[in-house]
Amino acid sequence: MIPAIRIQQVAKRYGSLQALGGVDLEVAQGEFFGLLGPNGAGKTTLISSLAGLVRPDSGTLEVMGHDVQSDYRNARRNLGVVPQEIVFDPFFSVRETLKFQSGYFGIRDNDDWIDEILANLDLTNKAHANMRTLSGGMKRRVMVAQALVHRPPVIVLDEPTAGVDVELRQTLWQFVRRLNQDGHTIVLTTHYLEEAESLCSRIAMLKAGRVVALDSTENLLSSHANHALRFRLAEGDVLPLVFEGRATRSEEGWVLPFEDYSEVGALVDTLRNAGCTLQDLEIGKPDLEEVFLDVMKGQAS
Amino acid sequence: MSGGFVTLFYKELLRFWKVAFQTVAAPVLTAMLYLLIFSHVLEARVQVYGSLRYTAFLVPGLVMMSILQNAFSNSSSSLIQSKVTGNIIFVLLPPISYREFYAAYVLAAMVRGVIVGAGVLLVTAFFTPLQFAHPLWIFAFALIAGGVMGSLGVVAGIWADKFDQLAAFQNFLIMPLTFLSGVFYSIHSLPSFWQGVSHFNPVFYMIDGFRYGFFGVSDVAPWQSFAVAFVSLLVLAALTLNFLRRGYKLRG
Ligand SMILES: Nc1ncnc2c1ncn2[C@@H]1O[C@H](COP(=O)(O)OP(=O)(O)OP(=O)(O)O)[C@@H](O)[C@H]1O
Ligand SMILES: [Mg+2]
Repeated sequence: MIPAIRIQQVAKRYGSLQALGGVDLEVAQGEFFGLLGPNGAGKTTLISSLAGLVRPDSGTLEVMGHDVQSDYRNARRNLGVVPQEIVFDPFFSVRETLKFQSGYFGIRDNDDWIDEILANLDLTNKAHANMRTLSGGMKRRVMVAQALVHRPPVIVLDEPTAGVDVELRQTLWQFVRRLNQDGHTIVLTTHYLEEAESLCSRIAMLKAGRVVALDSTENLLSSHANHALRFRLAEGDVLPLVFEGRATRSEEGWVLPFEDYSEVGALVDTLRNAGCTLQDLEIGKPDLEEVFLDVMKGQAS
Repeated sequence: MSGGFVTLFYKELLRFWKVAFQTVAAPVLTAMLYLLIFSHVLEARVQVYGSLRYTAFLVPGLVMMSILQNAFSNSSSSLIQSKVTGNIIFVLLPPISYREFYAAYVLAAMVRGVIVGAGVLLVTAFFTPLQFAHPLWIFAFALIAGGVMGSLGVVAGIWADKFDQLAAFQNFLIMPLTFLSGVFYSIHSLPSFWQGVSHFNPVFYMIDGFRYGFFGVSDVAPWQSFAVAFVSLLVLAALTLNFLRRGYKLRG
């Protein structure tokens, strides 16, 4: 099957800054894919290259097998992008905005689908409101709607939940999940790593314009992160010598990794026997945040 | 041409029509003020082309000036606003070709120019009787002028990063070109040096040919004016299309 997205050796420079340094990436149809990386890693530049908003210095990008330069019409018909920055046209209402966006893709009489998108994004009662009068989170939802008017098989969301409240974030994810179940390929960037962990089946991590990790979420978690005991010690207690080197200090206290749950009892006993008073004891599952920090640290330039 | 072009064109029309008070009524009023003041001061003193009254002479000039300035204003301000606010992205993401993009912006600019021009003509008709010696020339020059300035507006809107850069473009290029082109006078009344200079200004030919359409008299032959105006349009269209094809300042 043709991959939903194929990115080969894409490089982009801004002056002396290498925003993308030869990125290779393939996303299969139907995947829920996460693109993660710290600020300035090149996520938006990569997405913009895919959307034809940025012309890379070298490399090729395809959407559903269509080259984004030479076959841009088909590439763009197959792609829906929710840009990172909130932008809108203050001249028009929500419905007008969506009708125009449909028209740009050559679609007339799109009202049924527009109604459905509006309902799913909880915007129905704002349909006739001018864009200017919407709150930031509502404007972002309109941008999501704009990316969907032409029912693109591939949907890229660049930090869609920045500035969106908890409830609506849930609504949005529910909707995006359903789109994914219906067969749409989803690519997502976010700085909320729990979101990425629960939604994405595969993840690429980008740093300074290069892919530094690319694997299924499961593999990333199991290869980089451990279960860990998190705890704080009472004032004056010292960590037993045996754990030195193994435990790391975090903001909340100590993090003591272990492989298997059967070890927990012994670890706690060792601590108690050394006279430590444990506070806020927690058994942590491996999480993506750890993986992320670990990967980024490993790639320190 | 695809549906994308039609929608973009329609959106550009709606954009100025929704604020027609500023984009149509205001420039008509401005032109009327010019007419009142200049004809009051000069009517008795100036005669052009033999017997033509100055007010009558002035009207086509003002109409053409309105077409030129409003066509420029439409495409340039739409583009710079979209760029500064960032919503230009919504017309860059869809499958709209650079030619469709060009056509939509320039045609909308022409429409605005012609509507304002017609408005000026309508209002000034109350002040002076008008002739329409060669209506086809009137249409031809109106459309070409709108196309030239619509194109120039696209160039300026793409080139400028900020509103003040666009204002500079307007003040240092568009205004001198239109004002020094014979809107308010026949260039035969100028010293010969300035007559010569005027012949390098393509806008002069647009106004002169346009005026020929009304009175059947002009400083240069209408076909010559048409040739100059048409070549100007072709050159600007080629330049603008080249900008757009390369994605200059629009696709980084
Ligand atoms: N138009 C531009 N001109 C100059 N530099 C740019 C431009 N666009 C991006 N950059 C630089 O390229 C690098 C990558 O930026 P990009 O926006 O792709 O990062 P990102 O991964 O999306 O970051 P964030 O998480 O903050 O959104 C940054 O160093 C940025 O400053
Ligand atoms: Mg970004």
